[in-house]
Amino acid sequence: MEKIIIVGAGPAGISAAIYAARGNMDPLVLNNGIGALEKAEKIENYYGLDRPLSGRELYERGLAQARALGVRILDAQVLGVGGFDTFEVRTTEGTLEAESVILATGGKRSTPPIPGVKEFEGRGVSYCAVCDAFFYRGKEVAVLGNSDFALHEAEELVNLASGVTIYTDGLEPHFSREHPIAVNTMKIQAIEGDSRVSGIRLQSDVTALEDGTPQESVMPADGVFVAVGVAGSSEIARQMGAELTEKGHIKVDEKMATTIPGLFAAGDCTGGLLQVSKAVYEGSQAGISASQYVRRRGNA
Amino acid sequence: MELVLTAENFEKEVLQSEKPVLVDFWATWCGPCMRQGPIVEELAKEGYAVGKVNVDEQMALAQKYQVMNIPTLLVFKDGKEAQRLVGLSSKDTLKKAMDL
Repeated sequence: MEKIIIVGAGPAGISAAIYAARGNMDPLVLNNGIGALEKAEKIENYYGLDRPLSGRELYERGLAQARALGVRILDAQVLGVGGFDTFEVRTTEGTLEAESVILATGGKRSTPPIPGVKEFEGRGVSYCAVCDAFFYRGKEVAVLGNSDFALHEAEELVNLASGVTIYTDGLEPHFSREHPIAVNTMKIQAIEGDSRVSGIRLQSDVTALEDGTPQESVMPADGVFVAVGVAGSSEIARQMGAELTEKGHIKVDEKMATTIPGLFAAGDCTGGLLQVSKAVYEGSQAGISASQYVRRRGNA
Repeated sequence: MELVLTAENFEKEVLQSEKPVLVDFWATWCGPCMRQGPIVEELAKEGYAVGKVNVDEQMALAQKYQVMNIPTLLVFKDGKEAQRLVGLSSKDTLKKAMDL
């Protein structure tokens, strides 16, 4: 079992790793790529930079710095986190166990701007397959997404639902392995229903009617599970049952502790200033707090 | 103490209650529900009327109230659903919903 698993390898995750490593906790960092820093062409406002640095360069320096301290970095995408006393981190590279987890995957993604998603929340739209699969026994369900995260959610549903289809909403599917689940890549126009979800209205861009309007079709679905992109910190926290703020960020205290013992969060996923400096501070604090938590647990 | 609600006592304990009643739809296998449990327990200790529906045992109640996600928390006032909160809700949010 790992002592501390850090999800994310940006400024928050790597800062957490540095402090945890110096606290002798031998942390494991799960790295799923660069994140928001990719978009930062030049960073000029961070302490000590006498010349601007690109976001990518900063990210790579961070990885190199952590490696130089002996931190282990695993390239993997997190699909979900479960467990009660200890944590079970499900990743594309297998399931890992840890005493403490720090979420530092960067900012939350907004709900997909598909009409009906927000409106039907709680009436057929769900964000947690493991929680809600039960209600769709023998029913037809849709999973929105195009990556392993969506595949993982679909697989939670497949044994209960009568049919599961992954809808990529016009995006290319990116699954890291073969699977038997149906995939529909057409663009989605809306989630439809009356008092609850009844189907997905698709817009086919290949077949247009004679007057030029794109042809539409409605696929029946009793439930729609949202798993767009990769599982971000907020999605993971929500599925675990950590409290979120009204804006959908992870709620943390001054120690970067979430409302779940042993689970910490740092960086953009906690909201506030979306700056490297803030991520570094929070990551450092989370690294220290998680180390203290693991030490206390060992003594208990 | 929170009441254990069933198809048999729901009418009397919730729909005919003079006080607003918070109803927590939950299951043992749902992580967020297990975090929600202690929060509604605190509300019950503070004197709010709180009931819990285990959806595994009371599927018919879940269906009747169109509960399709758990945790779902419903506030009943005068025999009617007055508020619906889906997903883990904080104590403050629940108190506000009850006090409305």
